[in-house]
Amino acid sequence: MTEMVARHFHDLSPSVDFCSLRLLSRQDEVIEVRQDILQPLETEEDVGAMITVVDGGGLGYAATSDLTATGLGDALQRATDWARQTAATAIIDHGKVERPVQVGEYSCAIKRPWCEIPLRERIDLVRAECARLKTDDRVVDWSASMWWIAEEQLYLTADGSRTQQRFEYLVPGLSVTANEGSETVSRRFGGFDLGRQGGAEILDDVHFFEQAPVITEEVLQLLAAPNCPTGTMDLLLDPDQMYLQIHESIGHPLELDRILGDERNYAGTSFVTLDMFGNYRYGSDLLNITFDPTIADEFATYCWDDEGVPADKQYIIRDGILERGLGGMTSQMRAAQPGVANSRACSWNRPPIDRMANLNLEPGSSTRQELIGAVENGIYMKRNLSWSIDDSRNKFQFGCEYGQMIRDGELAEVVKKPNYNGISATFWRSLKGVGGADLSEVLGTPFCGKGEPNQVIRVGHASPPALFADVDVFGGE
Amino acid sequence: MKSDFYFLADELLGKVQGSEVLLLNLDGEDTDFVRFNQSRIRQPGHVHQRYLALELIDGQRHAGARLTLGGGRLDHGHAADVLELLRSRLTELPEDPHLLYNQEPSSTDIDGESCLPDVADVVEEVIAAGAGRDLVGLHSQGGIYRGFANSLGQRNWFATHSFNLDWSFYHEADKAVKCGYAGVEWSSDDFSTRVDTAAEQLDILAREPKTLPTGRYRVYLAPVALADYVGVLSWGGFGLKAHRTQQSSLQRMTTDGIKLKDSVTLTENTRDGVAPNFQAEGFLKPDGITLIDAGAHADCLVSPRSAREYDVETNGAGAGEGAACLDLAAGNMPTTEALQRLHTGVWINNLHYLNYSDRPACRITGMTRFACFWVEEGQIVAPINVMRFDETLYRVLGENLIDLTCEREMILDSGTYGGRGTGSARFPGALVEDFNFNL
Repeated sequence: MTEMVARHFHDLSPSVDFCSLRLLSRQDEVIEVRQDILQPLETEEDVGAMITVVDGGGLGYAATSDLTATGLGDALQRATDWARQTAATAIIDHGKVERPVQVGEYSCAIKRPWCEIPLRERIDLVRAECARLKTDDRVVDWSASMWWIAEEQLYLTADGSRTQQRFEYLVPGLSVTANEGSETVSRRFGGFDLGRQGGAEILDDVHFFEQAPVITEEVLQLLAAPNCPTGTMDLLLDPDQMYLQIHESIGHPLELDRILGDERNYAGTSFVTLDMFGNYRYGSDLLNITFDPTIADEFATYCWDDEGVPADKQYIIRDGILERGLGGMTSQMRAAQPGVANSRACSWNRPPIDRMANLNLEPGSSTRQELIGAVENGIYMKRNLSWSIDDSRNKFQFGCEYGQMIRDGELAEVVKKPNYNGISATFWRSLKGVGGADLSEVLGTPFCGKGEPNQVIRVGHASPPALFADVDVFGGE
Repeated sequence: MKSDFYFLADELLGKVQGSEVLLLNLDGEDTDFVRFNQSRIRQPGHVHQRYLALELIDGQRHAGARLTLGGGRLDHGHAADVLELLRSRLTELPEDPHLLYNQEPSSTDIDGESCLPDVADVVEEVIAAGAGRDLVGLHSQGGIYRGFANSLGQRNWFATHSFNLDWSFYHEADKAVKCGYAGVEWSSDDFSTRVDTAAEQLDILAREPKTLPTGRYRVYLAPVALADYVGVLSWGGFGLKAHRTQQSSLQRMTTDGIKLKDSVTLTENTRDGVAPNFQAEGFLKPDGITLIDAGAHADCLVSPRSAREYDVETNGAGAGEGAACLDLAAGNMPTTEALQRLHTGVWINNLHYLNYSDRPACRITGMTRFACFWVEEGQIVAPINVMRFDETLYRVLGENLIDLTCEREMILDSGTYGGRGTGSARFPGALVEDFNFNL
């Protein structure tokens, strides 16, 4: 099919300034076992193409699931019509955006392809983990799941680009919920904060088979635990909370399309302005943030973004100082700023916009014991449960599943419903400890939402645990 | 579109063997999307998409798949191949004790005709409305199609041709007026009226903003804001599964007998909504399901799986057991008196990024957004800088609820994740005492 579509595209020979085709085919499979019963097996094949035309300074796109010569011809005509109709009112002269000609292929590294494991064995694997979760009468709901995705994308331009990329992803998940009276608590592993590129080897890499006893023990600890106290204290965050702290209060505010106003009607704007790049102190000296599409197993690793721009590692924040934003070639031209290759679309039926891809906190040098030992009065939190932030990405509030007080440099009692809030513009300046490379974990989420029309996409975040000073902490009702 | 679907369905349903049952669901749209920023066009385009979901059932075994349709005869061969794959897969899957599908065929047909304008004319009007202003947003318009067919003889069709212009006028930074205009027939006069109303609020945003100290405030939640707040309950509040596993955010209404104000009656109102009245397993949705009745918990949304699991009747809910057409009963306060009744406090037009901060307590946090105002003695004084709230529904619609407005607003879903939404909400505004701003 891929070569047939490529032939159709080249046969169209559009007489426009620029024309590209992005063909995406995706397969999904979700295996979930809940309370030891296999849930409906969900499989999907999604195939379609987007044609983008630039002509006379205007840009238009048309996406179609009709991949016949006629279907693609119709799409080309619609994209061309849109480009020409809107050229005079386009926000920029799209003809001035420099579009590189690239040729190449990329396939993500897979040691043990998930899809080559027989279906029954795949189901049995998930079923076996589910069966380990019901350890107590107070456990009222439990489930295990595995979401597998295989994607292949072909990007062609009329002027000679041809890049082809193949990816596979695996998202494992475990969830256990316990109840006593009117109190209900949950512990989870993975699901929406843990997905990686690769095959079944990921399960060993993330210690999936060691998690069931951990979360079943912890959910019962939480059921018996007091509410998190209220106060200002040091806060030690594990990677499974750090990933979202980075995502919401560094990643989104640094997206150039937000700064340029595209997202103001939906996802929001940013407290960051263009004049801050190169000089703004975003965090303490310990804060080093990179855009890194080169880490083999991270969720959003790729060779080219969805506009065919080659991707490489870039420092976004170095030693606490903001260096560059997260914007693809169109945003870079609009902002007159350097950016990164992060113009990405969630599927064939949505146009590329600025996304985070992999955005990581570079490791520091502290051991876990040093991080805990540095706290006189504080709290350790892990695994995100609740997230909310304002439309400028400043006033945030997060909740975690599990909290543990720290007193005089030692972990103390477990507390439930730990929440904290703060302001992005000052929060990162209170960063006072960053774990070493051996503590860093490759995480991410398959559910980053943004854009008009709306798009939900995979992003990766690698982070070690990190320690913050003087954070406002509180609990539940 | 309908005839294409039924033609394909007839061919696939003709391949059913022995005791097999086949369910087919179509999900498609043809949409023009035009994105605006700074009163200019950021990204214009068109999306043509068709998805077909097949569910092959034999006894208590079943296997499903979803595929993209391109249109034409090629789809028939592809879908037939997928059906064959599902047949082979059935032997590998265990029996599902919670499988339930509609076995009493009930066919329906809602086939709306298009009265939509030429999208280029709409774009021209929007650009003109943005002249001299900073307009940002999205215009979507086109056909949305849902179809269901099964081998038991049931056929359901839903088509609507609608538009949804979701936009904001920005003053500066994060100060903006949020607007919406949605329907099936574009009226330049209606649009112009909305533009003028928004422009009046835009003038107020030019005043020096007020920064509020944290604390408890008397607030008026406009219908859109209240719908957003209560809409969080669709995330694990209304479903039977969430209740039976003690995870519902409304759990304390059933376990502890907590009641909301008597004036609070909340319904899943399919009859007056704009969503299809059938669901993936072929069950029809009743006209209305009372979720909260005069402040007391009433019914849950029950999917077919939950119905079988907990041995109750389904009421046509989807697998996620979320609401699609929430409807909060009107109160007694005329909207025209809301400013005076608020007297001194915060007028909240929009909320943003809501989430539970304590699910068992139904405590929800989020932000104020767009045009929210400080009010003194019944007069708007100034826009406010954004504030975070963290407040439980049990107070907002319980002891701290002063009144709901007599008038209600119909809010059409502008969401476009995966495809254009067909949900809606009908809500009054609410006057609330002691609303907690914590950041």
